[in-house]
Amino acid sequence: MSGYNFAYLDEDTKRMIRRAILKGLAVPGYQVPFASREMPMPYGWGTGGVQVSAAVLVPEDVMKVIDQGADDTTNAVSIRAFFQKTAQVAVTEATGEATLIQTRHRIPERPLTEDQILVYQVPIPEPLRFLEPRETETRKMHALAEYGLMHVKLYEDIARHGEIATSYAYPVKVADRYVMDPSPIPKFDNPKLESAAIQLFGAGREQRIYALPPWTPAVSLDFEDHPFEARKAPGCCGICGAEDSYLDEVILDDAGGRMFVCSDTDYCRSRVAAAEDAA
Amino acid sequence: MNPILSVRNLEKRYGARIGCTGVSFDLYPGEVMGIVGESGSGKTTLLNCMAGGLVPDSGEVVFDMREGGPRDVLKLSEPRRRMLARTDWAFVHQNPRDGLRMGVSAGGNVGERLMSVGARNYGAIRAEAQDWLGRVEIADDRIDDRPRDFSGGMQQRLQIARNLVTGPRLAFMDEPTGGLDVSVQARLLDLIRGLVHDMGLSAIVVTHDLAVVRLLADRLMVMRQGRVVEQGLTDQVLDDPQDAYTQLLVSSVLQV
Repeated sequence: MSGYNFAYLDEDTKRMIRRAILKGLAVPGYQVPFASREMPMPYGWGTGGVQVSAAVLVPEDVMKVIDQGADDTTNAVSIRAFFQKTAQVAVTEATGEATLIQTRHRIPERPLTEDQILVYQVPIPEPLRFLEPRETETRKMHALAEYGLMHVKLYEDIARHGEIATSYAYPVKVADRYVMDPSPIPKFDNPKLESAAIQLFGAGREQRIYALPPWTPAVSLDFEDHPFEARKAPGCCGICGAEDSYLDEVILDDAGGRMFVCSDTDYCRSRVAAAEDAA
Repeated sequence: MNPILSVRNLEKRYGARIGCTGVSFDLYPGEVMGIVGESGSGKTTLLNCMAGGLVPDSGEVVFDMREGGPRDVLKLSEPRRRMLARTDWAFVHQNPRDGLRMGVSAGGNVGERLMSVGARNYGAIRAEAQDWLGRVEIADDRIDDRPRDFSGGMQQRLQIARNLVTGPRLAFMDEPTGGLDVSVQARLLDLIRGLVHDMGLSAIVVTHDLAVVRLLADRLMVMRQGRVVEQGLTDQVLDDPQDAYTQLLVSSVLQV
């Protein structure tokens, strides 16, 4: 298709974004400002993730896009189609085959490898946003590593609910320095942040990029007497029977029928296929 | 004995107008100093210049640090100054809304300073918060309520607890009893007096209410148009004012 530069963005913009990514990788967890562009989709639909993906995409890449773990939801389908059209890259739904994965709010169940890049769509990059509304002040708090306020939020959770009720966008301390919002992934996924893959976070509306280099320590904040606990719905997947994967609740009818299924559709499908092969 | 705080020739100008000028004094450990004067006399400007809310144009504010002895706080690096402000210093605002987090429970408000200096045990933080709420006469069962559900007097007491939880040595108070009715004022003053005495706290109290300084302050400084016009022992200044303005101020108090 003619008329588009490879992967939609012009080369100067990509260079600007790559610089921000490199800086983010050099200072893990630090929110690097960048000149976010208008993208042909509304804010909140992954404009930050799309720009980061466009900047790191090469023609040889095999791309996978997931939305809440699923390959077949609107956001995933349209972003995948966007890059098929503007970059003519190969796409896949298999986590193991992909070299670049753009994700909204999940980390794939299958462990990532060193030659993969995971790109997150981030709505609000600032973990302190709802505690301290002044951006000048939060920037200063990051600069001086004053993170006591983050624990006030966790304290409030325990005081009100008897346990740390924050279940997604659970703050982590990266490389013992910056406190980072891992985007709204369930806290079940937090332990997977220490991964072999490069992880890049793009927030389009907020114009911030941050990154986790491979195997960067990312410690979920907690109290000594209320330790962090990665949690999911109890039970196993109603389709593949997996007990170790994050489950979505699906309402079946209006008479209270429901089932729990893997949120990671590729993981579920590959388990079903493996079971059929074995049978 | 070394003064805990000594101020030398502090000056702050707002353009051509004077905020405060030529202010010098020493504050000794355990001493409470009152600053009085009419509105616009530079009391709050002076307080903010000392506490770090405003940057003075010239002068020195030397604080006797726990480690390192007397240091000019205006020349400290920002992280150290902010650390000082949440450990060894306390700042009680006139309006509790400025000093509290209104969306965070009373316990969280008191615990914030502890968490900001590294406390990471929920049980211990909560016990400490409970203890402090008791000391400022807030009932046990209000610990999980938000300050916006508290009365004005309770908010002010909560603000004091929140500030004193790290055991500061110096407290700045800006009209701590402003906007409270007289009976609540009296109880708050009683409380502050007790806490200051028990903790051996030094304090600088800014107020326009002479009754407050009579009860709280050991020493008094009278300001007018940004300058100190008279200072001395509280009873001495109030009972035998020398400066014309102080005489006017003392005689302006309504007698019941």
